[in-house]
Amino acid sequence: MSKDDYGVKIPRTSTVPAVGSEAQLRALLTALSGVDAVGAEARAAQLATRSIKKSTKLAAIDLAISMVDLTTLEGADTPGRVSSLCAKALRPDPRDLTVPSVAAVCVYPDLVAHARSVLADAPVAVASVATAFPSGRASLNVKLLDVHEAVAAGANEIDMVIDRGAFLSGRLGQVFDEVAAVKETCGEAHLKVILETGELVTYDNVRRASWLAMLAGADFIKTSTGKVTVNATTPVALVMLEAVRDFAETTGRIVGVKVAGGIRNTKDAMKYLVLVNETVGSTWLTPDLFRFGASSLLNDLLMQRLKQQRGAYVRPDEFSGD
Amino acid sequence: MSDSRLDVRKTYKLLINGAFPRSESGRSYEVTTASGEFLANVAQGSRKDLRDAVAAARAAQAKWWGSTAYNRGQVIYRLAEMAESRRAELAEHVALAEGLSAKKAQKSVSRAIDRMVWYAGWTDKIAQVFGGANPVAGPFFNFSLPTPSGVVAVIASQNSSLEGFVDEVLAPISAGNTVVVISSERRPTPSILLGEMTVTSDFPPGVLNIVSGITAELAPTLASHEDVDGIDLAGVVGDEANELSITAAASIKRVFRPNESDTATTTRRLRAFIETSTVWHTIGQ
Amino acid sequence: MTEKKLANSQLGSLEYDPAPESASIARLKPSYGLFIDGSFSDPSKHEQFVTLNPANEEVIATVAQASAGDVDAAVAAARHAYETVWSKTTGAERSKYLFRIARLIQERARELAVVETLDNGKPIRESRDVDIPLAAAHFFYYAGWADKLDHAGFGADPRPIGVAGQIIPWNFPLLMAAWKLAPALAAGNTCVLKPAETTPLSALILAEILQQAELPPGVVNIVTGNGTTGAALVDHPGVDKIAFTGSTDVGRLIQQRVASSQKRLTLELGGKGANIVFEDAPIDEMIEGIIDGIFFNQGHVCCAGSRLLVQESIADEVLRRLVRRVEQLRVGDPMDKNTDVGAINSAAQLARIQELTAFGEGEGATRYTSSCVLPENGYWFAPTIFADVSQSHRIAREEIFGPVLSVLTFRTPEEAVAKANNTNYGLACGVWSEKGSRTLWVAQRLRAGVIWANTYNRFDPTSPFGGVRESGFGREGGRHGLEAYLNV
Repeated sequence: MSKDDYGVKIPRTSTVPAVGSEAQLRALLTALSGVDAVGAEARAAQLATRSIKKSTKLAAIDLAISMVDLTTLEGADTPGRVSSLCAKALRPDPRDLTVPSVAAVCVYPDLVAHARSVLADAPVAVASVATAFPSGRASLNVKLLDVHEAVAAGANEIDMVIDRGAFLSGRLGQVFDEVAAVKETCGEAHLKVILETGELVTYDNVRRASWLAMLAGADFIKTSTGKVTVNATTPVALVMLEAVRDFAETTGRIVGVKVAGGIRNTKDAMKYLVLVNETVGSTWLTPDLFRFGASSLLNDLLMQRLKQQRGAYVRPDEFSGD
Repeated sequence: MSDSRLDVRKTYKLLINGAFPRSESGRSYEVTTASGEFLANVAQGSRKDLRDAVAAARAAQAKWWGSTAYNRGQVIYRLAEMAESRRAELAEHVALAEGLSAKKAQKSVSRAIDRMVWYAGWTDKIAQVFGGANPVAGPFFNFSLPTPSGVVAVIASQNSSLEGFVDEVLAPISAGNTVVVISSERRPTPSILLGEMTVTSDFPPGVLNIVSGITAELAPTLASHEDVDGIDLAGVVGDEANELSITAAASIKRVFRPNESDTATTTRRLRAFIETSTVWHTIGQ
Repeated sequence: MTEKKLANSQLGSLEYDPAPESASIARLKPSYGLFIDGSFSDPSKHEQFVTLNPANEEVIATVAQASAGDVDAAVAAARHAYETVWSKTTGAERSKYLFRIARLIQERARELAVVETLDNGKPIRESRDVDIPLAAAHFFYYAGWADKLDHAGFGADPRPIGVAGQIIPWNFPLLMAAWKLAPALAAGNTCVLKPAETTPLSALILAEILQQAELPPGVVNIVTGNGTTGAALVDHPGVDKIAFTGSTDVGRLIQQRVASSQKRLTLELGGKGANIVFEDAPIDEMIEGIIDGIFFNQGHVCCAGSRLLVQESIADEVLRRLVRRVEQLRVGDPMDKNTDVGAINSAAQLARIQELTAFGEGEGATRYTSSCVLPENGYWFAPTIFADVSQSHRIAREEIFGPVLSVLTFRTPEEAVAKANNTNYGLACGVWSEKGSRTLWVAQRLRAGVIWANTYNRFDPTSPFGGVRESGFGREGGRHGLEAYLNV
C-alpha cells in the first residue's frame, strides 16, 4: 500500500451523465448515500482538533489569504468602498509584499464595472453575486439578465443562488434548468452555485443539492449567501467536500468548494483547510478549487501571520479596516 | 366391579423437545414414596439424553424469545390453568413424594400454581422493570433491553418436588430462556406430571426439557456443556455445588446458587439469567 | 473504451508540523510505593519494577510489586475502613466525596492525559478527549446515586457487599479505575484496586487525588504489581467481591478460583465485535465508524469492531474507501496532538498481534498494510486490513486486540446476524443502515451486550456496558452498574 495508490482517483476523461428528465435527476439524487448527522458532525469536530503549528501554520495562512473572496455585499456599498476593498485585495499588507493577493473581490453586479476598472489587469478576479441575490426569488429571465449584465461588466466569476423554495418543494428539474441556463449565460465566467445550506437544513439535502448543481454545470458549489441565520459550518463543508470528491471520482470533473459566512478568524480558516486536506486532498488545496467568502477573515489572517513572525500578539490597527 | 383389578403402572419418561422418550440408554430406576414404598419406574437419563435436550432447548430458544412477551405470559398462564384442573393428581404425587399430609400437599400445590401465575405476569414486565432508557451525554437514543441468557440448565431442588421446581424452571423461561432440568432424583414424579401438562398447554417443544435420573451422574454433563449459558444449582450443595461451579466456569456460565435471602418476592433468580443489551442509535435530521 | 489514466489527489498532503504535548506536565515521581490505608508506602520497602513508555521504551518510573503480604495489608485496611468508617458514612456524604473526586480529575485533566499517554502509548487526543473526561463523568454520575440507592430498583435500603477486589486492564487505565471505583464507592463498598502491570501510573495519580479529596484512609487502596498480585487479591478470604476486566482466559481462571467461595463476581472479558454494514448505510460516516471501531486506541479495545461484515453488493467500494482511509491515519508519537494511532502497549502484545496477523496471511486472506513510517524505538504495528477473510480463519475468530480489521461479506440480513453471532464472545456489535426497522430487527437478534447503530465505540457513564456468553457477565455503567456492588 502507498499513499499514491489510494488518494482520490480522478479519471482523466470526463463522463458527466446527461440529465434528460426530472425523474432521472430525482433517481440520481435519491440514489446517493444518506448522511448520518451525528457521524458527520463528529468527524468535523474531530478534524477541528488538528493542531496547526509553526511552518505549517505560516504556509496555511498564506494559502488561506490566497483563497479569500474579499466580500462586500451591503446596501451601503459605494464605488469608494469598493476601491479600498480592491486595494486591500491586491496588497493585503502593503509593507510586506510576500503576502499574496486574495483570489477575488466579491461585489453586487452594479459595482462590477468599477471593481474591474480599479483592478485592471491585476491577478485578482472580480466575482459578483447574481440571480436575485440573496433570496433567489425572481423570474428566470430577470436572473439571466442579472448574470448577463454582471458578466458583460467584467465579472470573472458569478455566485448564483439556487431557488430553495423550488428545491424544498421537489421541483428539482426547475432548479437544475436554472443552474444550467445561468451556466450557459456565464460563458467564460466561472459559476459558483450557492446552495444556501442554512435553508436546506438537512445534510441529505446538502448532498443532493451539491450533486444537482454539479450535474447542471457548476464550477464551484458554495455554502451560503451570508445573509441568513445559519451560514457555513464545518460539517456542511465536509458533506460538500465529500460530494465534490465522489463527483470527481465518478465523472472525472473537478468542482471547487467555497465556504462563506461567519468565517471570521484564522482558527476557523485552519479548520476548513484541514477538512480540505483530509477529505479531498492536494488537488483542492488551491484558490482554483477552494475559497473563503469573507470580509473580516483577512485581517485576522494578517494579524496571525505577523504574530507568527514577530512572536508577539499584534494590534488590530496594524492593518487597514477595509 | 371387582376391586382386584390389576392396575396399569405408568413408567415416567423424559420430556425432550415436546416428546416423551425413554432414556436412550434404556435404563430406568425405581422411585419410592417418602415412606419407602414403590412408587414408579422412572426413566434414568443419560449424558446423551442431556445432549439431545440441550440441542432441543437451543433450537427452541430463538423462537420462544421471538414470540411476544404477551404470548409467553399466556402460555405460562395456560400451564397454571392445566395444573389447577389436575391439582388433585399433583397433590397426590407431592404428598407421596414429600411425605406430606394431603392437606399440606394441597397447600403446596396451591402455592406452586400461584407461582405459575406470578411468572405468567412477569413476561411482559421484565423489559420495563429491568430495562430502560439511558440519558447519555450526546445525540443518541440509548436504551437497555433485558434479554435471555439462552439455554439454562437447572439442577432441580431435591426436596421441593413441585414448588421449588416451578420457581427454578419458570424464572428463566419467563425471561425468554429455554430450560433443561434434571429433576429431583428421589422425588421426580410431580415435576414430570407438570412436564406432561406443558405439552398440552401451548408450550412450544423444547422450551422445557426434563431429564430424570441420578443427579451426581448427570449434573457434570450440564455444567460442562459449552452450549449451556447458565446453570441453577438449586439441587446440589456443598462440595458438589462447588465442583459444578468450577466446571461451569470453563465456559463462563452464569451460575445461580440459592441462598437464604431468596424469598418468594425477591427477583434474584429472575435476574440471574437475564442479560442487558444496550442499543445506541444516532439522533439527527 | 476511454483511456483510464488516473489523476490522484493525495490526501493529507498538507504536512502538519509536530505539535507535541509537553511531557513535563506529568510531574511524575521517579518511584512509587503502594497506596494503602490512605498513604503511600516507602518504595524501597518493596520489590520494584519499571514501567516503560511504549512509544520509545524509555523508563518512566519504577513501581512497587505488591506481595501477598501487601495485599493482605490492603484488604485489612479496606475491611477496617468498611467497618469503622465507610459503612457509617451516609449516602449523602459518600456522594459528596465522589463529586469532589470528579472535580479533582477535571482539574488535573491535562496532567492525567499526559501520564496516560506516556504510560499507555495511546494518542494524547484520545486520552485528552475520551479517557480523562469520561473518567470524571463516571464519578459525577455515580456520585448522584450514593444517596438514592433506595430508588435504584433493588428494593428499599440495599446493602453494599463489603470489600471489593478490582483488577483492571492496561487499555484504558484511569477510565477502568473509574468504572470500578465509582459504583463500588457509591454503593458503600471499600476497594482494593490492582492496576495493570504495564500501566500503573494514572491510578497512582488518582491515589493522590483521593488524598486531596480527603477520602477516609482505607476506603480505596491501590496495589500495583503483576499477575501474582492479582491472584493474591482474587484468592484473599477477606475479599467479598471480585470485579475483573481483562482477557477471557484470565476471567475463566478467576471464575474457577472464586467458584467455591462466597465471593461475588463480575467479569468484563474479551470480544470479537462484528460491525455489520448494509448497502444503504450512510457511507462516509460508516467508513469513519469502521475506522473508529478498530483503530481507536490501536484496537486495544475489548469491544473493538474487529470483524467487518459488509454486504456483498458494496464490498468492493467499502474496501477501497477503507484502504484509502487507513493510508490517511497518522501513526506515530502519541504525544503529538495530531496523532491518530499510537504505540502498541507492550512487547508481549505486539508479539501476539504479529503472530495472529502472520496466520492471516498464511490462511489466504488479502493483506493491506498502511505505508506509514513507524518509529524505530518502541512497540509499533501499522494499521492493517485483511480482506477475503472466512469465518473459519483464526483472524476472524480470535481476539487480536490490535489495529487489525478482518473483512467478511454477507448477502442477507439473516446471514449477517448468523455470522455476527458465530462466536463464543458477545460483547459489542455495530449495525449501519438508514433503514430503522431492519436495524432494530438485527439489533434484536445480535447476541451482544452493546449494539451501536450508525455509530461505534461510544461510552457513557449512564449506559450499561458488558458482555454475554464468554465476554463475561455483569454490567458497568448506568443503574445496572450498581447491581454489581449491592447485595441484592
